[in-house]
Amino acid sequence: MVDVLARILTDIAVAGGISTFLAILLVIAQRYLNDYGICKININSKRDVPVTGGISLLGALTDKQIFLPSACGGRGSCGTCKCKILDGAGPLLPTEKPFLSPKELADNIRLSCQVKVKSDIKIEIPEAIFNIRRYKTRISEIVDYTYDIKGVTFELLDPDTIDFKAGQYVQLETQPYGKVKQKTVRAYSISSKPQDNKHLQLIIRLVPEGICTTWVHTQLKVGDEVFLTGPYGDFFIRNTDADIIYVAGGSGKAPIKSMLEDLQVKGCNRKMSYFFGARSLKDLYLTDEMNAFEQVFPDFKYIPVLSQPLPEDNWKGKTGFVMPYFKELIRDPKNTEAYLCGSPGMINAVQKALVELAVPKEKIYFDSFG
Amino acid sequence: MEISSFVLFWAAIFTSNILLTNFLGMCSYLSVSKEVESSFGLGMAVFFVLTVTSALNWIVYHKVLVPLGLVYLQFVFFIIVIAAFVQLLELVVERYAPALYYTLGIFLPLITVNCAIFGVSLFLIIRKYSFIQSIAFGAGSGVGWLVAILMLAGIRNRMKEKFVPAGLQGAGIALIITGIMALAFIGFSGIVNVQ
Repeated sequence: MVDVLARILTDIAVAGGISTFLAILLVIAQRYLNDYGICKININSKRDVPVTGGISLLGALTDKQIFLPSACGGRGSCGTCKCKILDGAGPLLPTEKPFLSPKELADNIRLSCQVKVKSDIKIEIPEAIFNIRRYKTRISEIVDYTYDIKGVTFELLDPDTIDFKAGQYVQLETQPYGKVKQKTVRAYSISSKPQDNKHLQLIIRLVPEGICTTWVHTQLKVGDEVFLTGPYGDFFIRNTDADIIYVAGGSGKAPIKSMLEDLQVKGCNRKMSYFFGARSLKDLYLTDEMNAFEQVFPDFKYIPVLSQPLPEDNWKGKTGFVMPYFKELIRDPKNTEAYLCGSPGMINAVQKALVELAVPKEKIYFDSFG
Repeated sequence: MEISSFVLFWAAIFTSNILLTNFLGMCSYLSVSKEVESSFGLGMAVFFVLTVTSALNWIVYHKVLVPLGLVYLQFVFFIIVIAAFVQLLELVVERYAPALYYTLGIFLPLITVNCAIFGVSLFLIIRKYSFIQSIAFGAGSGVGWLVAILMLAGIRNRMKEKFVPAGLQGAGIALIITGIMALAFIGFSGIVNVQ
């Protein structure tokens, strides 16, 4: 018995010893081989930012409080962290190629999450990105809009005001919880109006198994301090007099709500129709608020469409997909802008339908939950 | 085994090709073989890693596991050795040969979990190869894998313009092509048999 035990213990010790030896070897190698010293990032030929080499450009910039947009958190799957690199990036990687158009390739655009900083590097980023800040906030209100959609209001603490355009989004930083051991970031559209620059509201729908949405729905409570970065995005109302069609599904209501509240303050005489797609009555929310806009604007219609209304819903409104109902509300397709927010599937289908109705493709703006 | 290392090297390429007779290392073979250039990069990386890990695992087995009576843990150790070596190699190549890193190095993480590498390490134990034989077998298997993926990539390149039924596109037709290649390689089997 003692023999067997001794045998087991020696085997474990030897196996552990060999594994530890290899692990230490790797740690030492990482320490010395991955050390690129201090590298300088030159931004727009205006500012030199010193960073420690050996990490991704996106990570290095984030450490220095310069936030390039990134929806996937640096995994190279969303393609939003594009950045012009004039010098010092090294060759293009196969992991970047699928996200870059021939024009972007010619312009030296790269994915900043894939480029590793190993030497001095010279980049160009839009001036607007200098506006992007990291905000310390406190949750001041959480409302349940539906069984799986919550509206969360954040009071800005430091900095205490934000300047954004209605329709833009921010990134929410999650803290480790339960089985999730790492911080992550996810993007959510702002649903409050820009005029209230001390608060932000986000509308967040629970995604099954979603790291961030589960965190928001199960962990966050009023009074918690969380971090947001932003604002990002070019999804905002263009200043023309064209008719507007809004199409949203689920939490896609957020940026449209912000846009409408913004227009309410500024005043707007444009003809606007707002289609909201949902499955059944229990997925509809803020209906009274949206209907109220019909009194605010001279020509505004809110049209909820249910794809699978339940018998008990007693639904008298429109059913099925939203697309067949566009036609009756488009006066002049050439003079119509569309603002879409929702799942990629919905956006593709709506975009296709609008193009078929002769709405110019370049006037269709969208924010897709990729 | 009384086979000369020289014969073993060629046998590993043609008569007992690790990919076409044992069908090992299929995942990266199918996913990377869309382009000849990247196939060559991956193939070269597999060749190099196979050669070195065959030698390393032979040493680990005969000099560490056998004396300590830990043979029953060989699977675990072979995988640890392969993974550590590939990681280390990636770091070294990235540091000292950036050009090589961008062509070959980015494929290294794919290799860590390539079953051809692991399979060769097991074969050289089962077939009781000597140290030199093991290196020859490892190198030969690497060349064999490189040859196989290059052939598939070349064929797939030519197939790009051809009609393939929707249900067979991608992995489906690649597996059929591989099957036909394997049949063709049976033609070599009369030369020498090492299995």
